[in-house]
Amino acid sequence: MAAVFSPRANVIVTVTIIGAVGVIVGGCLWWFAWPRSDYVRHVGWAIQQPVPFSHQHHVAGLGIDCRFCHSSVEHSAQASLPPTFTCMTCHSQIWTNAALLAEVRNSLADNRPIVWARVTDLPDYVYFNHSIHVSKGVGCENCHGNVARMPLTYKARTLTMQFCLDCHRDPGPNLRPLANVYDMDWHPDGATPHPADLMRAYHIGGRNLTECSICHR
Amino acid sequence: MMRPAPAIVWIGTVLLLVPAAGCDDMTRQNKQNPYASRETAPADIPSGVVQYGQPGDTSRPIPPVTIALLERGHTEYHVFCAPCHAETGNGRGMIVQRGFPAPPPLATADLMSAPPQRLYDVVTGGWGVMYGFAQRIAPDDRWAVVAYVRALQRSQHMMLADLTPEQRAAP
Repeated sequence: MAAVFSPRANVIVTVTIIGAVGVIVGGCLWWFAWPRSDYVRHVGWAIQQPVPFSHQHHVAGLGIDCRFCHSSVEHSAQASLPPTFTCMTCHSQIWTNAALLAEVRNSLADNRPIVWARVTDLPDYVYFNHSIHVSKGVGCENCHGNVARMPLTYKARTLTMQFCLDCHRDPGPNLRPLANVYDMDWHPDGATPHPADLMRAYHIGGRNLTECSICHR
Repeated sequence: MMRPAPAIVWIGTVLLLVPAAGCDDMTRQNKQNPYASRETAPADIPSGVVQYGQPGDTSRPIPPVTIALLERGHTEYHVFCAPCHAETGNGRGMIVQRGFPAPPPLATADLMSAPPQRLYDVVTGGWGVMYGFAQRIAPDDRWAVVAYVRALQRSQHMMLADLTPEQRAAP
């Protein structure tokens, strides 16, 4: 009697089993891991901008405070991008012929705003408010990373709902004294109040910070 | 030949599509948000907008000088003034060191005798090559800056005789 399976059957079965496992593992990676990857979330990507503005030069090099340009951060939901007028506060006098800044000069001359590309774009159903965070001791760096080390600006954290909730569930360790909110590369030292004391000082904890309506309307 | 589908089939199909209407992308919503689109807010001022806070504007009275006002002034001075005027007010800030025309020192007799409204107006509308800060510093904060500049000026012309005995005894 002839063999039921030909010699090729072993190969076919092996390939089929490996293939099936591969499809399942690959499918899981594609479905679960890929959308959570920094690549898809654009974490660490320097985005093409009309002017290659360097936070490293302006913040670390010159010591300009965040609020000099993002001046509405203390009063408004938006930290705000500076208008051309703000750039020209200094660049009307220095680097006046730099080719790099032609776009800034043209913007002022033509009364036409520079269209910057967004680095972090939250979904429209998220009502993030900058002013409440900086007035309750959350540092710029907590969400935006050490901007003073970015020659070109990129998104340093995922800024996903998970990221927000991690802090909203336990804000204490992420709080700073008000004097250090705009500092970069800040670390708590011996003189820093205990997280629980900071929570009390800022009156955090009276309301459940993980309520849906805190962020969504 | 096919018979036409009964009405129940059509109604069922439409009802099945109703939930799909909720499947729009809520990350982009059609609402007023100055940064929602790639275009930023318009550069042109909409008609009917009334400008305020120009030099000579006395609509904001001088607030009483308190330690809180001075501390606010210190912060605002550090953020907006110190890049050129320097933390001491000597006019040798980092931007001046990089080539910006040096402003006069703040603690000169001229500026010490200038009325507060004059300093407020310069913060608001600028002076010489200095741009105005009306858009960046709120009116009350401008008064805080003026108060802090006054403190800065006095601090650099203090004589021992000006101090009270308690102040002299302080460490």
